[in-house]
Formats: sequence, structure tokens, C-alpha cells
Amino acid sequence: MIGFKAWIARSIGRLSRATGRGGGTTLPGRVLLKLDPNAIDKLGARLSEGTTLISATNGKTTTASMLATILEGAGRRPVHNRAGSNMTWGVATALLEQHGTEGLFEVDEAWLPEVADRLEPRTILLGNLFRDQLDRYGETEALADAWADLATRSADRSDFVLNADDPLIADIGNSSGPGTSYFGIADESQALSELQHAFDAKLCRVCGHELTYDRAFVGHLGHYHCESCGMRRPEPDVSANRITLRGMSGVTARIDSPEGSSKLELPLPGLYNLYNALGAISTARQMGVPVEASVRSLASMKAVFGRVERIRIKETTLSILLIKNPAGANEVIRTLSLEPAPVDLWIALNDRIADGRDVSWIWDADFEMLADRIGKVTCTGTRASEMALRLKYAGWPADRVEVIGNLEEALDRALGGAKEALFALPTYTALLDLRKLLADRGDTEKYWEG
Amino acid sequence: MKLRLLSLYPDQMNIYADRGNMLFLQHRCEWRGIDFEVTRCGPGDRFDPGAFDLLYMGGGQDRDQKAVARDLLETKQESMRKAKETGAAILAVCGGYQLLGHSYELEGERIEGLGLVDLKTVREPGPRLIGPVSIEVDLENEKRVLAGFENHGGRTRLGASAPLGRVLHGHGNNGEDGFEGVREDNLIGTYLHGPLLPKNAWLADHLISTGLEHHHGERPELEPLEDSLEQAAHEAALAAARAG
Repeated sequence: MIGFKAWIARSIGRLSRATGRGGGTTLPGRVLLKLDPNAIDKLGARLSEGTTLISATNGKTTTASMLATILEGAGRRPVHNRAGSNMTWGVATALLEQHGTEGLFEVDEAWLPEVADRLEPRTILLGNLFRDQLDRYGETEALADAWADLATRSADRSDFVLNADDPLIADIGNSSGPGTSYFGIADESQALSELQHAFDAKLCRVCGHELTYDRAFVGHLGHYHCESCGMRRPEPDVSANRITLRGMSGVTARIDSPEGSSKLELPLPGLYNLYNALGAISTARQMGVPVEASVRSLASMKAVFGRVERIRIKETTLSILLIKNPAGANEVIRTLSLEPAPVDLWIALNDRIADGRDVSWIWDADFEMLADRIGKVTCTGTRASEMALRLKYAGWPADRVEVIGNLEEALDRALGGAKEALFALPTYTALLDLRKLLADRGDTEKYWEG
Repeated sequence: MKLRLLSLYPDQMNIYADRGNMLFLQHRCEWRGIDFEVTRCGPGDRFDPGAFDLLYMGGGQDRDQKAVARDLLETKQESMRKAKETGAAILAVCGGYQLLGHSYELEGERIEGLGLVDLKTVREPGPRLIGPVSIEVDLENEKRVLAGFENHGGRTRLGASAPLGRVLHGHGNNGEDGFEGVREDNLIGTYLHGPLLPKNAWLADHLISTGLEHHHGERPELEPLEDSLEQAAHEAALAAARAG
């Protein structure tokens, strides 16, 4: 029966793309799940080599793409929701439209328990939990509880790969099975000089006492312990040492593991991408790929959809960096602060459902760090005025910040005023709008192609 | 002139970027040549109620809120009562607002509040009340509008204390009686969370005036600021509430 339902759903997807309506990354899955709510279980059972799931607040798409690159280097081509559609219907669409013997899916934080119960994955990689779209996801603590429950009931079917530096994630190791492994940053020289404003793990998950941080690297990711119950950050199996940040051009680090040391030259910027790489390398190791081979594959990694993508438009290089929550935005800000000043920016703040209706979070991101480095700034999107207001109170010179509601007008204005480089910082739905606009103008391919 | 702000539990009660309110008050004072002084007051700390003109408490996650509730009763209840009685401005948002009342009941547990105002909060079955919100308030004998965002599981019901305003769009205290927040003396409690002051510059200035009056004994005439972006952000928040 699943065969016929799958055929209908697949045909609808083809039709939708052929008529140029788009939505090809979710529609077939939506149709299929309507026809058969258990379709993911049935199609997933065909993946004889097993499935890997990846979830996190930040870095899901990039990490999954890194792991896909590593697996490809090893001659493996998993079924993968590479367009970043990560709710059940996105997973169902990938299962419908691709063939393979193993699965690799990034999954939305809230949907992870359901998808994991259906697919019974061999490996689950959990990267981080930050405050994000509280109107959609609720509290980080509540998500951490739901994930710990998942770990308890999957202890004998799934191996967990956990970020040792995030106390909300590392704690899940107290519930998961013996196959659990950890990754983290060791290089103490990369610590932030002070803790950031948006800090999401203050209390010990075991006893509720306040955590002590020796250092933090990104948001609340760092080296911590509890002075009350003695809980400590687990010792990572895979760790990064001797790190050099090279602005937009990337990061280098020495990756240490029981296999020895390897040099990673990652062409993506920031410690946050180093964390993504550590997660991908650790998971690949769990899947039988040596660290040395992973590191080699990652050196040729390209940016994925809206995650540090670069596009040439006439004389200007447009770099697109998605912003959606304080922790992610802070890392983008930190990366931009390493670029030569003045930095020209196009910032698009939308408050549609997929962005989170609540734009409060922009007041938690440390835009102050760029105040004396900016060139021309164009704010657009449904809440452009609040974005510009945030920048005013971050000390950005008012005469360099302009509000233009219409996205395309704003882009042209920003491109016109920019020197060689323009950085675009869109929220999620603004990113979709921007990609469509660039595709319509012939600057890029439509994202569901290729 | 000087405004002395007491920031209550800045490390625990900050979940919706409450820091935006501090930044907003700070700059608006500094641009007018008013000294602005912030004192952080966390778990275990006691404070002198006569030494502060404006008290702020934001929202937190359930676990933080419970710990803060205990600490408030142990170390700050008397000072909070004095501050309110002597006319200090108090702004409490979301989780902080709930703790001003008698109690917050959730999942068979009862969190004791400060009892500064006559209200109770209960987490009842049903969805969280989430979304953009606008309310009409009557402050300084003038009808004005506040726009913001709410996200709360608790339903608050007022006893003898007066509401801050009437819901125009959104849920308000409990999604039923059409009231939002609480107001008594110079205390304001509201579910309009996180950075509500940047979206409502007039309320920020009202709090600054009230605080300065508390410190210097006379209500000052605040110098007007160039507020076109503030106005545009207010209107965008109002439009979001209207659209639902």
C-alpha cells in the first residue's frame, strides 16, 4: 500500500516543481503523511544500514551537510533532507524522493522525539540548546527534559554523540546508553573575555545549584562544573586544540582523538562552525569513518543554503549569514568584527511564524561589538524599524543606518552603497525571500535545484 | 539629576531579553544629561529601599522563577514593600509580575509570592497565551497604548488591585476578563514581556519621570528626544498585534 501512496505524493511534488510553484522540499511529504501517518516508519525501515539524526538550536543544517560531505568522501550517499526542511514532512519528502541504504536527517528540536521513535536511529547527534523562538519551542530546560526522556527510552537502540561543552546537552549522557561519546573545545585561549548576555545554562541539571564556569567559548558552551554535587563537564573523546580564527575565510585547529591528532582546515568561519565540525567528525567516527579522512573531506566543504553563502553580484561579493537567535547572531557579529572595517550590512528582520513572531531576541544579541566598525547599514523586513532602533541603542551612528521596508529596494540600495563586500543578515523567512529574489534576478539557482 | 535603578535578579530573570529595557532607560537618561546608576541585586542580596528610584524585575524559566520566589521572601520582601509604599517606580514583567501577587499555583505546587498587590496566578489546563498584544492604559490622565508580546502559561486574576489596562488585541492576564497587568501606587506589573520599553518610549519616560520625582521630590519636565524610530517601532508592534 505504501508504494501507491508514495507514488501519488511523489507525483504531486514533481507537478509542483514543474509548474514553478516551489515548495518541492515539503509538499510531497505533507501529502504522504496525510495519506499514511506511519509513512516515515515504513519508508525508514528500508534503510538497511541505519539512520543518523542531528538536532540542535544552531547548526543543524551545516552539521548535517558536513557529515554528508564526509560520508561522500567515503563513497557513501545517504538519504538526506539537505534543503534543511526538518519537520516530519521534510524527512518524509527526502525518504520519498531519494534512494539509499542509510539515512541522514536534521530534525527540528521539538520534532526530534517523534522522528526518533519512528526511525529508531543508530546514532543521534545533539549539538546545543540556546534560547530560540520561545513562542514556538518554549524553554530550553523543557526541551532538555524531553531529549533526556528520549535518551532513556532509546538507551539500547541509539548511540548518542553529545557536545560536552553544553551542560544542557552533556547531561543527556546521564540517560543515554553505553555507546555515548562526547566532543568539545579544549583550547583555553579561545575563551570569551566575559560571559555573554544571553546565557542559558546557569543551574546544574543534576542538583539545581548554580554552575561555575572556568571559561565560555560560545554563549553558555564552555568548561563548567558544579561545586555542590561535583558534576563536571565530561572528558571529550574528540576535541579541538590550537585554534586559529581567520575571519570569513575559516578556522584551523588540531583535532585530538584516541586515533591521534589531525589538522583541520575548515573553510567556514567561527567557533560555532568548529563545534559543527567536531559534531560531524565525532558522528562519522561512530559510523566507521576515521578522523583523518573526515578532516580531509571537510577541507573542501562548501557553505550551505544561507549559512555563510557567498554570491558575486557585479562588483560586490554578497555574503549571506542567517541570524535567528542571540547565540547565533553573536557568533555572526564576532565573525564580522574580524573583517576589515568599515563593514557594510543589509539586515532583514521578519516576524513571520517561521522566524518566531517575537522579535525580543534582538535586544539580547551583542550588536554593540560592531558599533565602531560599520559602514553603511540598510534595515529591512516586517520589523525593520525595531532592528534600526536596536542598532541606535547599540551605539551605531544614526546617519549610517537606513530603514527601507521593501526587501528588493533595500537590497539595491545596500548593493549600490557597498564597496567590495556586502554582508546580508536575514532571519529565516527573509532568507527565503532573498534567495527567491536573487534567483528571479538570475544571481543564483533556485535552492531546490542542484 | 540622578536616577538610581535596582535591577532585580538580572542573571536569573532575563529570559526575553529584559536587558533591552535597561539599555533603553540608560540611553534616554544619558542623552538628557541625567545620571543613571544601576545596582544589580541577586540571590541572597538585601537592599536599602530608600536608595533606589526604579526597581525592575524580568521573566525567567520555571526553575529560576521558583528559586527567585524563595529568595524574594527570604531576603527582599520587607524592602520591596517599603519601596512601593514610599512611591518608588516598580516595573515587573512576566515571571516577575506573577511574583508580585499572593501566589502562583502550577502542577500541584504553590509558589508563594510577595503579596505586594492583590492578585493570584494559576497555571490552568489549556494552551500558553502567546502572541503580539496591545492594551489601552490610562496613565497621567491620558489614554495611551502599549504594544508588545506575551508568552505565559499562568492565568492571573486580580482581586482589589486595579489592572494596568484593557486588552485591545491579544490575551492579557487570563484571556477571559479583558484586563492586562496590574497598577497600584507607582508599581506596574505586566505580561508584555522582555523589551517592552523600546516599543513604548512613552512608558520609559513615564518611569524615568516617576523615578526622578521619587529621588528629587519634584516631577521634572523631560527634554523631548528625536523619537522617529521609536515611534516607527511602536507602530510596527501595534500593527503586529492588530494582525494577530
